[in-house]
Amino acid sequence: MTMFQNSAIMDGQSTGPDQLSAVFSALGDPTRRAILLRLVEGDRTVAELHAPFAMSQPAISRHLKVLEAAGLISRRRRATARLSHLEAAPLGEATAWLARYQAFWDGRFQQLDALLAALQAPPPSPASEPAVEG
Amino acid sequence: MGKTVISAPPGVPFVDITREFEAPREVVFRAWTEPDLIVQWLGPRKYHMEIERWDARDGGAYRYVHVDDAGNAHGFHGVFHGAPTPEAMVQTFEYEGAPGHVSLDSLVLEEHDGRTVARLHSVYQSVADRDAMVEAGMGEGVTEGFERLDELVGRLVPVA
Repeated sequence: MTMFQNSAIMDGQSTGPDQLSAVFSALGDPTRRAILLRLVEGDRTVAELHAPFAMSQPAISRHLKVLEAAGLISRRRRATARLSHLEAAPLGEATAWLARYQAFWDGRFQQLDALLAALQAPPPSPASEPAVEG
Repeated sequence: MGKTVISAPPGVPFVDITREFEAPREVVFRAWTEPDLIVQWLGPRKYHMEIERWDARDGGAYRYVHVDDAGNAHGFHGVFHGAPTPEAMVQTFEYEGAPGHVSLDSLVLEEHDGRTVARLHSVYQSVADRDAMVEAGMGEGVTEGFERLDELVGRLVPVA
């Protein structure tokens, strides 16, 4: 999404919009989320990751390719097995992305809170007149 | 202080924002539709917000600009659909730095016990548009929340 790169509003960051889209797209599948949870425990082979699921092993491999393309896992060979490893950074960046958006709207609504309080505050009462004696 | 709840699920092109305010609905509605009130809260602090046009009626156009200290101006504009009411306000929204990527925003206000819940639903033309808009432009928000907290206390009119 290059149209935002010239925006003076955009702060510099290493994760571009396309990478974030890939991360969110990868996370938008329950099987892939379950695979990531499993990898929190440590690196696993394709066969180990396949075990809990009813789908075929090639289907699991397709999910692993999506996760790898999004940068959420890295893969390496150990003898005849292929091990998947959880990469935490993209997940952290995706969380930070939403946190910034959250902070933006928190700021706007806190300003609105102040305005609403001012709009509802009672007008100052007139100073009471001293009683005039006879 | 209310808690802003934001939902931007993966793979769908919309964002939902929910927030409760300590005010009756008619006051919140005024703050959201009257231009001299909107400028007091909608702009990020480091920008000066100018409203060029604000015709909050069916088919009416709006345009406002955020200007930073260096004089860079960021324009936003759109059109209201249907006469805005506290039950429903619908408008298009376009950031002029990304022309053609228009979102459809709707606001619903619900009052309970003198407090009002605002629900904002923004729909983008694609998931990529949604992700890009959320990412661009929110970088300075992090410290603002705390600054705004200070300002909240300062602006409250003391009870006589």
